[in-house]
Amino acid sequence: MPVRAITPDYTGEIKDKLENFHGNQLVFAGWDGHLMFPAPFAWPLPPAMPFVALRDQVMAGSFGIHPEWAEINWDRAQWLLDGQPFVPDLQKGLAEQGIGHKSLLRLQTPELKGFMGAGV
Amino acid sequence: MAAKKLNLKDKYKLLTRDLDWEFSYEDRKKAFPYEDFEGIKINDWSKWEDPFRLTMDAYWKYQAEKEKKLYAIFDASSQHNGHLNVSDPRYINAIKLFLTGISPLEYQAYQGFAHVGRQFGGVGARVACQMQSIDELRHVQTQVHAMSQYNKYFDGFHDWTHMHDRVWYLSVPKSFFDDARTSGPFEFLVAISFSFEYVLTNLVFVPFMSGAAHNGDMATVTFGFSAQSDEARHMTLGLEVIKFLLEQDEGNVAIVQKWIDKWFWRGCRLLSIVGMMMDYMLPNKVMSWKEAWEVYFEEAGGALFKDLARYGIRMPQYADIVEKEKEHVSHQAWWTFYTYGHAAGFHTWIPTDAELDWLSEKYPDTFDKYYRPRWELAKKLESEGKRIYNNALPQLCNTCQIPMLFTEMSEPGQIAYRVSEYKGDKYHFCSDGCQHIFEEEPEKYVQSWLPAHQIYMGNCGGPDVPDILRDYYHFNLGADNLDMKGSPDEQRWNEWKKQG
Repeated sequence: MPVRAITPDYTGEIKDKLENFHGNQLVFAGWDGHLMFPAPFAWPLPPAMPFVALRDQVMAGSFGIHPEWAEINWDRAQWLLDGQPFVPDLQKGLAEQGIGHKSLLRLQTPELKGFMGAGV
Repeated sequence: MAAKKLNLKDKYKLLTRDLDWEFSYEDRKKAFPYEDFEGIKINDWSKWEDPFRLTMDAYWKYQAEKEKKLYAIFDASSQHNGHLNVSDPRYINAIKLFLTGISPLEYQAYQGFAHVGRQFGGVGARVACQMQSIDELRHVQTQVHAMSQYNKYFDGFHDWTHMHDRVWYLSVPKSFFDDARTSGPFEFLVAISFSFEYVLTNLVFVPFMSGAAHNGDMATVTFGFSAQSDEARHMTLGLEVIKFLLEQDEGNVAIVQKWIDKWFWRGCRLLSIVGMMMDYMLPNKVMSWKEAWEVYFEEAGGALFKDLARYGIRMPQYADIVEKEKEHVSHQAWWTFYTYGHAAGFHTWIPTDAELDWLSEKYPDTFDKYYRPRWELAKKLESEGKRIYNNALPQLCNTCQIPMLFTEMSEPGQIAYRVSEYKGDKYHFCSDGCQHIFEEEPEKYVQSWLPAHQIYMGNCGGPDVPDILRDYYHFNLGADNLDMKGSPDEQRWNEWKKQG
């Protein structure tokens, strides 16, 4: 039963459907092991945005205040897209490579241990 | 011949149970349309034990006496500049959060109990809910009056009802109560009267009111004591509700257990804010959040659930997770507010060195390992003139609406991610508990009004964050928000203290 309601066959309005974002889609991204950022971030982005713009502009604009951001070796960085290992194509658009509305990206940089080596 | 005076028992009967009437020409089912759809079966409403045993005339007399005393103390506090007696101006920020986050819930409780106080077929339950409804309305009024004195001297108190409906972190308490009030009447009572009032409310009132006492806030302490006698009645109602539902029909047990599981979890998530107030916002500490949880839930709640076992009720689901989270949530929550301090309607700060040491002592297994390094980094960046303010909005849990700040209890340095697909869309959650609640009723929670998403849809003005904070939230930027250090609150306090 998808809801306990007094109205038979009640359905709710999907508040966060893609059409409500005026051509953008929501993308979430977190950086594992760097809890200076208390939670992952959310952005509304054009589905055609190249991955490199997400990484070097959007993410860098928010994660860049961390002292270790500049030290990331992008050849060794790993990604999870919606829980699955993912190798991004820097030039391709987000949607084109499966980063959809409300997708979650997790960046993993195991050689960077965070501030004081504490995952911060 | 003069009319005989009624004895108390007869008077009570006439003013409560005799308010019911027979439905001779109307359909009783149509008069109480909300009674059936939740699946709860009531076989005999007359078995309801009235928990309050109060009639309206006695209620007015008793409450009027109490409030006379309460307002005399508010007056005295105001006339003697009570605001100067608080321990430290940082304390006032806990009161700002209380006024914007918790007092409006008293109003929501008033509305909720007024609604169910009409909808139950049993007159005993109707009267009890109506009485509590009036209590809740009094509580919101007395809280507002208790705190209004601070509005004259400190920033951030000016538009609390407006803020409650709009501000991102206040959607956490607001959506909690919206969820309860949009449930059926029986779920509402299990949610609010039992799971919240009976099981968890001591965690708000007792430690927080002692906190007010330890920090020289006489207005809040006095309010707290005044409300306590009402709370005792509310707790009695909470227990009666559960016992009545469980005794009425065996089929009710599984439904009630499901609601207890849901509302215990939702309540625990909501209390993260209270944990943070206790550990970080009270300059003079009372006890740690962890200690409060142990005394008021693990001991008291543990005994309660042992009692309920004879009805077939077990401990709430995920209580084992919460037991581990008591070591973490207050730190994770305050860190979130600190790093989003530009978007908060109160001030945030780095704990003093003595406070950091207190936290290490109270949380020997977790604080130095996971949380002290964050504050060391905050201190370092602040000293370089780079006080941390995150410039992007956080991802939120679709159920509790809290930023995704909780971590795996098997791996406390790792954010907990859960995701469900429903009708082709993804929904993200902070925990198994919140995911489970969504999956039970997805048609309800696809409607969550998630503040970050609403901002990105353009529904909250903007486009920039300062525009939203100023125009949509009604924050006075530069006064209500940002760090305590250098705030107008701090500057005024220092001036007052200089004048002796």
